[in-house]
Amino acid sequence: MQGEDLLAIGGMTFTNRLFTGTGKFASKALIPKMLEASGSEMITVALRRVDFASETENILSYIPKGVRLLPNTSGARNEKEAVRIARIAREAGCGNLIKIEVITDMKYLLPDNHATLLATETLAKEGFIVFPYVMPDLPLARQLEDAGAAAVMPLGAPIGTNRGLETRSMIEILIENCRLPIIVDAGIGRPSQAAEAMEMGADAVLVNTAISSAEDPAAMGQAFSMAVAAGRMAYLAKMREESKTAVASSPLTGFLS
Amino acid sequence: MSFYETITKFEDFDFDAYLQNVTDRDVERSLDRDHLNWRDLLNLLSSKAQNHLEPMAQKARRITLQYFGRTIHLYVPLYISNFCNNQCIYCGFNRTNRINRRKLTFEEIELEAEAISRTEMKHILVLTGEAPDITPLEYIEDAVSIIKARFPSVSIEVFPMEEDGYRRLKAAGVDGMTIYQEVYDREIYKKVHLAGRKADYRFRLDAPERAAKAGLRTVSVGALLGLGEKRREAFMTAMHARYLEDKFLSTEIGLSLPRINPAEGGFQPYDPVDDKTFVQFLMAYRLFMPRSAISVSTRERAEMRDHLMFLGATRLSAGSRTDVGGYTKPETASTAQFDISDVRSVGQTIQAIRDKGFQPVFKDWELI
Repeated sequence: MQGEDLLAIGGMTFTNRLFTGTGKFASKALIPKMLEASGSEMITVALRRVDFASETENILSYIPKGVRLLPNTSGARNEKEAVRIARIAREAGCGNLIKIEVITDMKYLLPDNHATLLATETLAKEGFIVFPYVMPDLPLARQLEDAGAAAVMPLGAPIGTNRGLETRSMIEILIENCRLPIIVDAGIGRPSQAAEAMEMGADAVLVNTAISSAEDPAAMGQAFSMAVAAGRMAYLAKMREESKTAVASSPLTGFLS
Repeated sequence: MSFYETITKFEDFDFDAYLQNVTDRDVERSLDRDHLNWRDLLNLLSSKAQNHLEPMAQKARRITLQYFGRTIHLYVPLYISNFCNNQCIYCGFNRTNRINRRKLTFEEIELEAEAISRTEMKHILVLTGEAPDITPLEYIEDAVSIIKARFPSVSIEVFPMEEDGYRRLKAAGVDGMTIYQEVYDREIYKKVHLAGRKADYRFRLDAPERAAKAGLRTVSVGALLGLGEKRREAFMTAMHARYLEDKFLSTEIGLSLPRINPAEGGFQPYDPVDDKTFVQFLMAYRLFMPRSAISVSTRERAEMRDHLMFLGATRLSAGSRTDVGGYTKPETASTAQFDISDVRSVGQTIQAIRDKGFQPVFKDWELI
C-alpha cells in the first residue's frame, strides 16, 4: 500500500510527504545531511538569500540532485514584488515551481491573502506551478483553484511560533472542501503536530524552523519524516472517530436489535 | 499622532518611584508573559531584574532561535563624508573639532565599494555627517546608485530628511535606514546638541516614521547610551520601536544599543552603562520585541559581541572602519567618528560566528 500512496502535485509525484526549508540553519552544510536523513523530496529556498555569484555562499549548491527546489518569494511585500521574484527565479534556472509568500505584517508575519491571490493569477498564467502560502480561508482556496494554483498551503500557526495547529478547524474545512492538495505550512513545532495534520487528512506538511533550529537538524528531520508517514498511514487506515462518551462493549440496548 | 505624544505623556511619569518598587515577583511575572506591555518592559529594565539575568537570557535565547534560527546577518558601514554643521558635544564629527575632514568623490566611492566587495560583505550601511550644503540629498542619491551597482542591499544612516527625501533614496536603491534619537530626554537633548539642524528634536524623532511612510523596508532606532538616564532611555527606545511596529505593519523595525566610546573631544558619558546592564537591556529588548532585528556594532568588544549572538543580537557589522576613505587608503583617511573595539577582520568575524554555531548571512534582500 505504501508504495502506491503517491502525492501528485502539478504533474510531479512525491513519496515523502514532508517538505522542508533552507532557512535558519547553523550552517548550510547541515542542509544536505538533513535532506538525506529525512528523505524529504522538496525543499523551499528564499530567493532573496540566494547569492548566485558566490560558489561557497550559494545555497543552491547545498541541495542534492533529486531533491526538488521550491523557490519562495519571502521578503515580498506586495504582489508585484512576488511576481518579480518568481520571474527572476525562473530566469536564474530555478525551475517553474514557486511558493508565493507575501507578508505585509512584520509583527506576526501573517500572509496577505489578497496579494497572494493576485500573484497566483499572474504567475499561473505564465506557466508557473504555484504554491500559495495563505491564511486558511475556504472562499480564497476556491479562488486560488480557479486561478490555477497547484496546491494550497495554509498556515497552522504564525511562522516560527512552533504552536502547532492553531487553525485546525479552518484547515479541516479546506481538507474537506478543496480539490487541490492541502499542504500545512508554518507553525508546526513538533513531530506529533505534523502527525496530527496528516491524520486530519492534510496531503503534506512543510516544516522549516522546527527542524533547522533543533540541536540536531538531521535527527529532527528524520523524526518529522517518520511522524508524517505515521500520520498518513493512520489517515489511510481510516481511524475511528474520537468519542466523548464511552462506548460499552456490551450495550445496554443491545436486546432491542 | 506621533511618538512625540508618548514622550510627553511619560514626562509626567515617576520612573524612579516605579523602578524602585519593582519586586522579584514582578520581574518573574513579566518574564512569564508572551506579550509584554510597557510595565513588563520597565520591570525587565529595572535594577531588580539584575537578579534574574540567567532566566532572562534563557528566554531571550529561545525566542531568538525561534524567530531567527542560528543565523547572524552581517553588514559593513561605509562613511562617505564627515563634514558636519552640527555641534553634538559627544561626537567626533562635532563642527568645532579640528579634525581631518573628507568627502569622497564618486570615483573614491567606487574604489571603496570595490575594496569592500573583495570581502564577503553584501549589505552596506552608508553614513555621513549632517552638512546639507556639502553632502546634499543629490550627493547621497548618486553615492547610493554607485554602491547599489555592486551590492544587493544598501541602508543609510544619514541626517533626517523629509518623506520625499526618503522616497528619492528608495528609488536610488536604499532599502533600510537607521537613525538614532541619541537621547530621548528633551532637556539633555538640548544640552548636548548645541547647534545645527540636529538641535531640532522633533524633526529627528519623527524621521523613522517618515522613512516608513516612504516605504523603506527596514527602519532602526536607538538611543546613544550614556547621555540620558539609562533605564529611561532604554525604555523610550523600546517604546519607540513598539510604536513604529504597531503603526507600520509592513516595515521591519530594528533596534540598536550604541554605547558611548571615546571620540575626538574626550566626552565622558553622564550615565555610563556597564556590561551587565548593557546585556540586561539587550535581553529586555528581545523579550519586548521578539521579531525585531537587534544590531551590535564594532563599538562593542569582540568577546562581548560573540556572547550577544546567544542573547538576542541578530545583526553584526564586520571589518568596520569609521573614517572616510579607510577601506582603500587608511593613511589618507579622515579622522574616525569613534574608536572601534572589535577590530577583527571580516574573515575573522565570519570564522568566530561559525565557530559559535551560527550561519553568517551576507545577502538577505535584493531590491530588483
